[in-house]
Amino acid sequence: MTSAAIADPTPELSAFRADTRAWLEANCPPEMRQPMTSEDDVCWGGRRCQFSSPAQKRWLDVMAARGWTVPTWPQAYGGAGLSSLEAKVLAQEMRALNCRSPLNSFGIWMLGPALLKFGNEEQKLEHLPKIARGEIRWCQGYSEPNAGSDLASLATKAEDKGDHFIVNGQKIWTSYADKADWIFCLVRTDTTSKHNGISFVLFDMASPGVSTKPILLISGASPFCETFFDNVRVEKRNLVGALNRGWDVAKYLLGHEREMIGSIGDRAAAKPMGQQAVAAIGLDQTGRLADPVLRAQVAEFEADEAAFRLTMERAGDLARAKQAHPALPSMLKYYGAELNKRRWELVMAIHGSDALEWEGERSRQGDRARTWLRTKANSIEGGTSEVQLNIVSKRILELPGA
Amino acid sequence: MPLILSEEQTMLRDSARDFLAEQAPVSQLRGLRDSNDATGFSRSLWQQFAEMGFTGVLVPEAQGGLGLGHVEAGVVMEQIGHQLCASPLLASGIVAATALRQAGSGAQQAAWLPKIASGQAIATLAVDEAAKHRPQRLATQARAEGGGWVLDGAKTLVLDGHVADLLIVAARVGEAGTGLFLVDPKASGVTVERTVMVDAHNAARVRLQGLKLAADALLGTPETGAAALDATLDAGRCAAAAELIGLADEVFERTVAYIKERKQFGKLIGEFQGLQHRAATLYCDLEISRAALIKAQQALDADIAGATNHASSAVAIAKARAGRSATTAVQEGVQMHGGMGMTDAFEIGFFMKRARVLQELWGDSNFHFDALAQRRGY
Repeated sequence: MTSAAIADPTPELSAFRADTRAWLEANCPPEMRQPMTSEDDVCWGGRRCQFSSPAQKRWLDVMAARGWTVPTWPQAYGGAGLSSLEAKVLAQEMRALNCRSPLNSFGIWMLGPALLKFGNEEQKLEHLPKIARGEIRWCQGYSEPNAGSDLASLATKAEDKGDHFIVNGQKIWTSYADKADWIFCLVRTDTTSKHNGISFVLFDMASPGVSTKPILLISGASPFCETFFDNVRVEKRNLVGALNRGWDVAKYLLGHEREMIGSIGDRAAAKPMGQQAVAAIGLDQTGRLADPVLRAQVAEFEADEAAFRLTMERAGDLARAKQAHPALPSMLKYYGAELNKRRWELVMAIHGSDALEWEGERSRQGDRARTWLRTKANSIEGGTSEVQLNIVSKRILELPGA
Repeated sequence: MPLILSEEQTMLRDSARDFLAEQAPVSQLRGLRDSNDATGFSRSLWQQFAEMGFTGVLVPEAQGGLGLGHVEAGVVMEQIGHQLCASPLLASGIVAATALRQAGSGAQQAAWLPKIASGQAIATLAVDEAAKHRPQRLATQARAEGGGWVLDGAKTLVLDGHVADLLIVAARVGEAGTGLFLVDPKASGVTVERTVMVDAHNAARVRLQGLKLAADALLGTPETGAAALDATLDAGRCAAAAELIGLADEVFERTVAYIKERKQFGKLIGEFQGLQHRAATLYCDLEISRAALIKAQQALDADIAGATNHASSAVAIAKARAGRSATTAVQEGVQMHGGMGMTDAFEIGFFMKRARVLQELWGDSNFHFDALAQRRGY
């Protein structure tokens, strides 16, 4: 899609689009406009960040300086104070130029929105600018061995010691806990009430008593950890929202997490599935993919992928018009996760036995097979597909007993 | 452009909804079917459509229409889908009007568009020739003769063909050309056979034998005919997709309401997760098809002539998805209504029948997935 194809509602927005396009063309390094080929191409920031290239660092720095890693956040917190429409234009122009995301971050996608809504001024000023600049990498302490889909049954305990809490317990499926600098964590501060006995706290992963243990997954990688807390001291100023009201913060944040996971259903940067199939399988004499059944599956997938991308766009439009149902992220999470699993089943079918190699340079260490296996978690993490359908049943369809 | 309705479009939707719910509920279609009505739709309702401006939604104001676009046409079609209202709006006000606007000369437009806008004339496209939609392989042939044209061929699934005042016949011209011809259905050489369809809506088979036409019966030229036919079909596909989404929404609302009141095993059946998850899945599917639909409507308004090819792909996605979503909705509707869903006394079956026809009309989901693949080079 080109700028010319998009009619902006106001001259100001057209001007903003032109300025944005010009700035991106001048400032986005050419290397950052190539499709990503491996996990190393993704920048997560943090104290221990190792940039894969000077261009990756430069791209993060110029975007952060402009407030465009978090374009809609207020300038005081490291953002650019853009309106929702301006942010949409920025995203469209980045897509049009194939600009990579400068920074992937649970701080941006999950904690930031929750702090903006529930945090006090001191907490916002302390944490948000560091998230915007990619200086601190966050992880999420939610699931526990006995609190998965039933998250509110969590048992990690925080004892009140006057000016601080002492935290004891265990989390599981903590994404990148071993690489994170800080954690946002759900803890039990009252055992007499399930949902109203949970608090939302922040602490440094370097605190004494915190340890992590990576979990080896079917992909051969360990993106998730077990995380243990043994008498960890957490200052009371790091309590977000009111004591025992952490479930409100948790649910709000989960909405954002679900949007993030759902958005993996929309992967514009990757080579379109049809083109991948042509490159791998070739065309027959009539110009059609030389595998008619696979061709039909690819076409149906591409139609669904395009429709889902439009649904994401429409969700933003509905939100701006204040017409969005609050449970909409559950729908997006459900469909996006299932779509991404379908995408990788097709990638495996298209590339056949080439996609089965697990080691070596030719397969980039089995990148396709490992990613295919990784995507199976999409419909489990952040609330399973079944939990999302429960939420749609209850909150949108208002079905009895849901 | 935001993928939601504007204030004016929302007002149009609300007035169309209220009007159709009052004047043309599903019971009207049942009445037409059961009385073997010769017209197959209500003439008085059609007159009301003209008064509301629906018949001229796409006709320019200068020719007596509302001069609106495909989003507005779709808004009305969606409400028609809710009530399964039988009317020539799709054939005449949307498809035939688009053909005349895309390819008609000033004189041809002046002769027909005001009459279409006023509802005085019913026009319809005759394109399909066999059981499946294959507009690129027309067998109907037009040959130049004596300063005019002679047409031979046979057409099927001509919507409202038995009551039409004007047929717009797609035919092959020479080896490579495509012509859209204005044909008087009462002319010598034309025979029209009404075909009563599964959904109690109206269609006809049309036979053309040595039909002689004047030179000015051709819309545009044989060189531009294929593009005009594509644009015309896309307008029809997009409107059919809107009707499909409207009928699917209606079935879904009725089904969700039913499982909230039907009790078995001492429980409301809507309490069973086996039904809840199926309903929720269908809800998500419909919402995603809705986004594809409004995008297609906006794309047609931006560039129906296909300079960028963008609109055709958007319409293919919308029609393919709407057909698939509605097929799921009506099947789940019948299943969740149980035995009641199988009875003729209950209205759910009417929706299933209409969905089947609209799915087939101007290319089913498979046709459009295939078209998308071809357009994308595989």
